[in-house]
Amino acid sequence: MFNKDRWIEIFETIGKNKLRTFLSGFTVALGIFIFIILFGLGNGLKNTFQEFFLDDASNVIYLQPGKTSMPYKGFKSNREIEFKNEDMEDIKENFPMFTEYVTPRITRSALVRYKNENNSYTTRAVAPGHQFVEKTILMKGRYINQIDLDKKTKNAVIGRLVAKDLFKSEDPIGKYINLGETAFKVIGVFQDDGGDNEERFIFIPYTTRQLIEKNNDKIGQIIITFPKEIGHVGAIAFEKTLKKYFKNKKSIDPEDPNGIFIRNPTDNLRDTQSFAIGLQIIVSFVGLGTLIAGIIGISNIMVFVVKERTKELGIRKALGATPKSVIQMILQESVFITTISGYIGLFLGIIVLENIGLKLEEYFIKNPYIDLGTSIAATIILILFGAIAGYIPAKRASSIKPIVALRDE
Amino acid sequence: MGSSSLHVLKGINFNIQEGELVAIMGSSGSGKSTLLNILGMLDVADEGEYILDDIPIKNLNETKAANYRNKFLGFVFQSFNLINYKSALENVSLPLYYQKIPRKERQAIALHYLESVGLKDWATHLPSELSGGQKQRVAIARAMASRPKVLLADEPTGALDTKTSYEVMDLIQKINQEGKTILVVTHELDIAKMCKRIVQLKDGVIIKDENINQVLASEHV
Repeated sequence: MFNKDRWIEIFETIGKNKLRTFLSGFTVALGIFIFIILFGLGNGLKNTFQEFFLDDASNVIYLQPGKTSMPYKGFKSNREIEFKNEDMEDIKENFPMFTEYVTPRITRSALVRYKNENNSYTTRAVAPGHQFVEKTILMKGRYINQIDLDKKTKNAVIGRLVAKDLFKSEDPIGKYINLGETAFKVIGVFQDDGGDNEERFIFIPYTTRQLIEKNNDKIGQIIITFPKEIGHVGAIAFEKTLKKYFKNKKSIDPEDPNGIFIRNPTDNLRDTQSFAIGLQIIVSFVGLGTLIAGIIGISNIMVFVVKERTKELGIRKALGATPKSVIQMILQESVFITTISGYIGLFLGIIVLENIGLKLEEYFIKNPYIDLGTSIAATIILILFGAIAGYIPAKRASSIKPIVALRDE
Repeated sequence: MGSSSLHVLKGINFNIQEGELVAIMGSSGSGKSTLLNILGMLDVADEGEYILDDIPIKNLNETKAANYRNKFLGFVFQSFNLINYKSALENVSLPLYYQKIPRKERQAIALHYLESVGLKDWATHLPSELSGGQKQRVAIARAMASRPKVLLADEPTGALDTKTSYEVMDLIQKINQEGKTILVVTHELDIAKMCKRIVQLKDGVIIKDENINQVLASEHV
């Protein structure tokens, strides 16, 4: 395939037929460019959508204790239900197939102080699994880990906005903040796509919280993530079983609507997911349409290019060019041009998408992007079809008798 | 390519010896171009045989025809048929490219042939910057560059004025004197008389085939 002489010949031809080169190159570059922009904008739309509906992990069940409203098994009504450490252990033990992470969440608000700055924030005492429940993204440092739980350390992971409020431009990692009456060491800073409120939380180990509160074993809410593979039906079944299990365990009347509350976001999720799929189909359709339009554009240009060269090809054949060398020349030239210009279009498209970023947020398009795989695949498809589109007329031109091609004046 | 076929040549039999300069004459429709195309392997005869330098030319596929054309034949056309985006030098070196001769070498050969037609100083010019006579001389240099056995010229002076025509014929005569076999298709008698032999065609048959006393083109220039 590599033949220096042939390449020189091709470069000469390209260099001396600038309009033709420009036309075919421009078509490819434009096709890819538009494909990337449209596909990227579609993805931007999806981003906004996901932010609206899918901030937290979707495979989560929240267990919230309440007050009973019916007497049962000798207990009076209006009894306060509480979750304890052992409840978590029981869940892990009894439903190992249905649980990924189990974490408590003890919510308290506290006045937090660092040097002269202070403010009131919500603290959440949690286990390491909580990071996956809330899809917390760590910017610096680390999250609460098992050692923190075991040693009941006074470590805290603070939200981006907490850090901004209290520390200004200072690096918070390793500094101490006063959380109520207790000093905590900042070990991490996180961000969260769920909005500003989510970034004003402070996470601490739940064992530490229990220690502060007179070494009790109450754990507030229990949050469970289940494997996505169990699906919507599985999630509902799990939820039911769980409810039954806890009502039995905590001696709550099975008919009692209060006592324990279980929230399972999968119910809403199904609607939002079908909407997301609809959006994905539209985006793919737009992309496919653009690609087809690009392929048609390239094919037209290739037919035109070969037509325009009929006489030249006749001359070349009269001088001894074989049909194979004619086809090879046309293909190599067209593939070369489309590859180069395809990647120019690809590059420009990605640059434009990068620059859009948040500028179109008010039109519900946020951070449009295209994954490299899709964009390169699209470029290769266009190059491939450009080659096929060039091959057909090239093949025909190469089989025309030179005398016919030369007569074509 | 046409769907209706036409019998143009109806039995042609003649030999050309090495070093001859033959004019094929005839009015339009007499079959002279068809004959030249068959000789040039640009077209194929329905029947009969064509032997070039003891090699029977038959059963040609496109690739084989291309190789034969490249090795054995040089073409000169009425409308020059230079590639318009290539310089004179590149045009002349093109047949050598298809002989897979290395670039440097083929440029040296091309330059030599351009010099022999008196256009060395025009090597870098595009065809559009050359006069008709110069273009035809470039075309002749190109036809010569591949050192063909036979030079086939189809109305080489058809698009030129009389003075330039004679200059081109002068060149053709000189090449012939160096021993090259040349066939010239023409319908102009004065051009035909500058050859050594005239084959006259009419309605697809040879009506006259005679050796003549060559008129030297240089006497008219």
